[in-house]
Amino acid sequence: MAQDENKDIVLGVEDLKVTFTTEEGVLSAVDGVTFSLERGKVLAIVGESACGKSVTAFSILRLIQKPGQIAGGKIILYPKNKSPIDITALTEKSDMLYQVRGGLISMIFQEPMTALSPVHTIGNQICEAILLHQNVTVKEAEKLAIEMIGKVGIPQPERRLRQYPHEFSGGMRQRVVIAMALVCKPEVLIADEPTTALDVTIQAQILDLIKSLQRDLGTSVIFITHDLGVVAQIADDVAVMYLGRLVEHATVREVLKDPLHPYTAGLLKSLPRNQTKQARLPSIIGNVPSLTHLPAGCPFHPRCPDSIPGVCDVGDNPVMEMLPNGRLVSCCGVRKFKGVTKV
Amino acid sequence: MNDRETEPLLKVTNFSKHFPIYSQGFGRKQIDVVKAVDNVSFNLSPGETLGLVGESGSGKTTCARTILRALKPTNGEAIFRTKGKSIDLVKLTERELKPLRTQMQMIFQDPFSSLNPRMTVGDIVGEPLYIHKLARGKELIDRVDDMLVKVGMKPEHRQRYPHAFSGGQRQRIGIARALIMRPSLVVCDEAVSALDVSVQAQVINLLEDLQEELNLTYLFVAHDLSVVRHISNRVAVMHQGKIVEIEETEAIFENPQHAYTRMLLSAIPHPDPDVKLVFTPLSDPTDS
Repeated sequence: MAQDENKDIVLGVEDLKVTFTTEEGVLSAVDGVTFSLERGKVLAIVGESACGKSVTAFSILRLIQKPGQIAGGKIILYPKNKSPIDITALTEKSDMLYQVRGGLISMIFQEPMTALSPVHTIGNQICEAILLHQNVTVKEAEKLAIEMIGKVGIPQPERRLRQYPHEFSGGMRQRVVIAMALVCKPEVLIADEPTTALDVTIQAQILDLIKSLQRDLGTSVIFITHDLGVVAQIADDVAVMYLGRLVEHATVREVLKDPLHPYTAGLLKSLPRNQTKQARLPSIIGNVPSLTHLPAGCPFHPRCPDSIPGVCDVGDNPVMEMLPNGRLVSCCGVRKFKGVTKV
Repeated sequence: MNDRETEPLLKVTNFSKHFPIYSQGFGRKQIDVVKAVDNVSFNLSPGETLGLVGESGSGKTTCARTILRALKPTNGEAIFRTKGKSIDLVKLTERELKPLRTQMQMIFQDPFSSLNPRMTVGDIVGEPLYIHKLARGKELIDRVDDMLVKVGMKPEHRQRYPHAFSGGQRQRIGIARALIMRPSLVVCDEAVSALDVSVQAQVINLLEDLQEELNLTYLFVAHDLSVVRHISNRVAVMHQGKIVEIEETEAIFENPQHAYTRMLLSAIPHPDPDVKLVFTPLSDPTDS
């Protein structure tokens, strides 16, 4: 996962900081996150609740609302055949930002019912996206919409177009949302827990759909989830977040088979694997600390089984470092033990 | 199926819960019926965990709730053994049921909405004892403290309100509330589904420890099959209100007999990039 110059990057996030001003002070929901998304790849951002994964996604579309704000960093989109766009520098009401939202970057949300308007037909809602971003007539937009609905596997697209969201099941609604997100052929698709609200059987179908559409359209995807099983099925690269920071960033095989950060390892171990009535599940001790009371040093050290006294609990946060073998991880212990030995 | 079954704690036979559907408007004629739970039978032996799995809408939660008589069953039998007597839960009146409620408790899915935000943790955990007039004053406080320690919290948490706790800790409070009356049957309705993985593992361990210590019998309702596999002795698979398969856990997962069970199992994504998901849905064109 080296920051290679000749890799075709479609989205670069650099030292992103998002803060929320609350009564208890200013909280850093995202604190110095850096990653890049390769064109045509699926990057999964994984973490538990409140780790900042959704906030990261929302900042890419500039959807962070007061009391939150992007306090620093850069998000740069490199569209094909166009000059790069610095999303963080766009003003709130600029045309460019509207082009980016829904046009160049689009999003699938967790709960399909709240993402759709209950008082408009789904045809209307999909056409709206097309008419906003493409220079076509209403007739043509409708044709495009029908084609897209067929593509996401909804039978009888002409009839379904005139129906309202309540006439669809949860899985079908999520297909509508996917159709809406992909109809303008965005460069980047952000999927924020798109299968969490669905049954496993529907989840399997939706994952399949996202994967095949992603392959057909060549879209790059940021897939946000907490489910490591889903990650294994869909992602090429994985970024693991904990308390607003990236702790590990590598290929899916590296992260799931050979996790370097103790947090990643702990998450994997605490999954009930397919074993029946094993003795006890190894769990990560303690709870995720509140952002108002972050421990000194590495924020994970109070829960870390490999914590080194005097190293992990003092000083600043460990920063993301590249090991000699090219893996990116932010952990004092890994730096100490593996940094020099592994090549 | 095994020796534990000689004296079941709960014996459910031909158990059903139907919901009538009425027409719109003045007449309100009954036009249809939804068979949410349809002719379900199973046994629950003391000290065992029966996992109840299925997709949303399969009737697993309705089944569990109806057994606890949170809903009135349509027909069938649910024989509950307590203190050497066998009692049919279906036939009891509310008044007769109340003393039995100490024996059957429920742990809920959502640790946020299942705790009253205006009550302190001590009040929440102690309320069942208060309602059933089992303890008061110093004794009640002692038993609450005792229970809080058992679920891995501190006695001083008694004075605080639920908002001061994280999801995992709140779920521990919910567990303390359910277990303080020393029930024999505990229904866990998606008790760990809302929790993050690292905390989920802690709560699963806690449930298992408490089961051993207090000799609890769990009816574990969940949609997460890997959690069910970990915690259950036997698993019942529900589909459209019916139990399509009920077997020892290992048999269900290693050698599923019913086509629906096989489909459900094939849909689980494994956290291993080398195990590819191959999923073929049952031909069910009704998804609309």
